[in-house]
Amino acid sequence: MNSPDLPADKAPQPAVDAADQQAADHELSAPRREFLVKLSLGLSGVAALAVGVPVASAVLAPLLQPDPQTWRKVGTLTDFAVGSTHLVKFENADPVAWSGVSSESAAWLRRDSDTAFTAFSVNCAHLGCPVRWEQDAGLFMCPCHGGIYYKDGSVAAGPPPQGLTQYRIRVAANHDVELLTAPVPITNITPT
Amino acid sequence: MRKFLRAAGAWLDDRLGISDTIMPLARHLVPPGAKWSYVFGSAALFCLILQVVTGVALTLLYQPTSSEAYQSLQFITHQAVFGRTLRAIHYFGASGMVLLVGVHMLRVYITASYKFPREMSWVSGVFLLFLTLAMAFTGQLLRWDSNGVWSAVVAAEQVGRIPVVGTLAARLLLGGDTIGGQSLSRFYSYHTLLFPAILFGLVGLHLYLVLRNGVSEPAEAGRPVDPKTYRQWYQDMLKKVGVPFWPNAAWRDIVFSAAVILVIVALAVGYGPPELTQPPSPARIHANPAPDWYLLPIFALFALMPARIESYVIFIGPVLTVLGLLALPFISNAGERSPLRRPWAVFGAGCVVVFMGSLLLLGEQAPWSPKFDAKPLTANSVHSADPAVLRGAMLFSKKGCLYCHLIDGHGGHRGPELTAVARRLTPGELRIRIVNGGGNMPAYGGVISEQELAYIIAFLNTRK
Ligand code: FES
Repeated sequence: MNSPDLPADKAPQPAVDAADQQAADHELSAPRREFLVKLSLGLSGVAALAVGVPVASAVLAPLLQPDPQTWRKVGTLTDFAVGSTHLVKFENADPVAWSGVSSESAAWLRRDSDTAFTAFSVNCAHLGCPVRWEQDAGLFMCPCHGGIYYKDGSVAAGPPPQGLTQYRIRVAANHDVELLTAPVPITNITPT
Repeated sequence: MRKFLRAAGAWLDDRLGISDTIMPLARHLVPPGAKWSYVFGSAALFCLILQVVTGVALTLLYQPTSSEAYQSLQFITHQAVFGRTLRAIHYFGASGMVLLVGVHMLRVYITASYKFPREMSWVSGVFLLFLTLAMAFTGQLLRWDSNGVWSAVVAAEQVGRIPVVGTLAARLLLGGDTIGGQSLSRFYSYHTLLFPAILFGLVGLHLYLVLRNGVSEPAEAGRPVDPKTYRQWYQDMLKKVGVPFWPNAAWRDIVFSAAVILVIVALAVGYGPPELTQPPSPARIHANPAPDWYLLPIFALFALMPARIESYVIFIGPVLTVLGLLALPFISNAGERSPLRRPWAVFGAGCVVVFMGSLLLLGEQAPWSPKFDAKPLTANSVHSADPAVLRGAMLFSKKGCLYCHLIDGHGGHRGPELTAVARRLTPGELRIRIVNGGGNMPAYGGVISEQELAYIIAFLNTRK
């Protein structure tokens, strides 16, 4: 902006003196100014940090407290005929009270023999969609992009980069069939 | 009384600075000749306001907990007064916003308005684009039905492809190892608090930059931008021929935006909100999660990409896109702005539009999805009395072949159509393909018996 005001050196002298004097009264000495700048920045930093720790903890909560795993009963031996494959439903390890049905998970459970079970994650190794067991075809098929797996969970066709993840299964003394809960399997491109 | 009102008005005007600060802003000079092509940005802004207003109204009815969200959505859709319309306006408003942000960006690109001195307008706009998409996606998740739950899983798988920290990022997105109560709480917070806060800040910056650097003048062939003289030239031009923003230029913005909002409301009343699918249980596996239309092109792209490179592209693709967009105004900062002098830029923009459009159409059809509900072939459609052929046709359905192969208009589109396959392949060749599979076809050798194979080949051999 070009203001029509007179340049400072042409202004009446006494006014400048008075203003200078006033300014000098309010001016801080150099060390004092430096100290106050540091104080205000430093104190704000400490305050930000004090607030930041709990806030960041809330944001990063899922990384700070790994979920536990637990054995869940999915049925008893008599529920599963040898050679059959079933969709079993179970509750995740540590659901919060307000989860509702969203803390449920499912697995494809096959009884291979009297004592041996195999349980596959329903999550496709491609992008996680729920795969379906096609009994007559003897294949797992994914609705999303046509990923197909053989009955041992290995990739038969389509985009999945790896086979279906398996859950651990045990048969308890009282013939309960139990499944060890696990995280949603995430396919990585770097080995972990 | 009138005297008092006048005095009160004058007092407010003085204290609030309406005539001193606000009116000059509203009436600041803008280049003349800015026609209808300038209205998309402001229409996107009005859509944002529409989304805020309807979003706040929805929060009055919606329960953001995993156990209750689904019921509250049912309530909003089927019981609340005008709830159905409200949800639908918010849905079509989101569609409108994505669309308008996209069109606005294309317009800015085609007329090269991102050149000196408006680089930061473009940069903030790029962030606004991605934030809009993030809002669109988290909003879709808040429709917490089985599609919402599975979409969250698919998103987690995608961020899982980030090198090294993929699994951590996926956990952070889901709020834990699995979907659960904490997942929806987080999406709700992102969608209603965190992202809007960032969005408002960026919109503020975006608008401030328009005042700071002025609206770009309509491009003219043969009038290149020269950073050394541009600002001076722009000021002189405004002084000579500038017109006040309000109402000379702004009326178009307002008329167009109002029309957009009326269209959104009309669509909402006419079509209603997207239907809810089943309850949000990850144990319900009969779901086929697909995003709303605005993210379908990306979804389709991943479905079509060769599987070998896909895992890398999921990560590298978005990174390169963002970097490329951010770099644009620094790579081409001066020179011609007119689309007439930048045919390649216009051609490129056209290609992007066509590409996205085709992906969207493909995404709607999803030919890569097995057709699980394909009707079994009937004796009628088989045209044969030979028991072996009929058995083969029955097995063709039972073994899942029909999910992916089309025969006489029945079946899926994942694999090649087999209506006349016997004209192309001999029984021997058919056998090799079925037994060995390949690519998107499983090797059926270990899955079906010799006898079943013979039946299926007998059936296929009649298809000519
Ligand atoms: S998610 Fe299963 S094939 Fe893509």
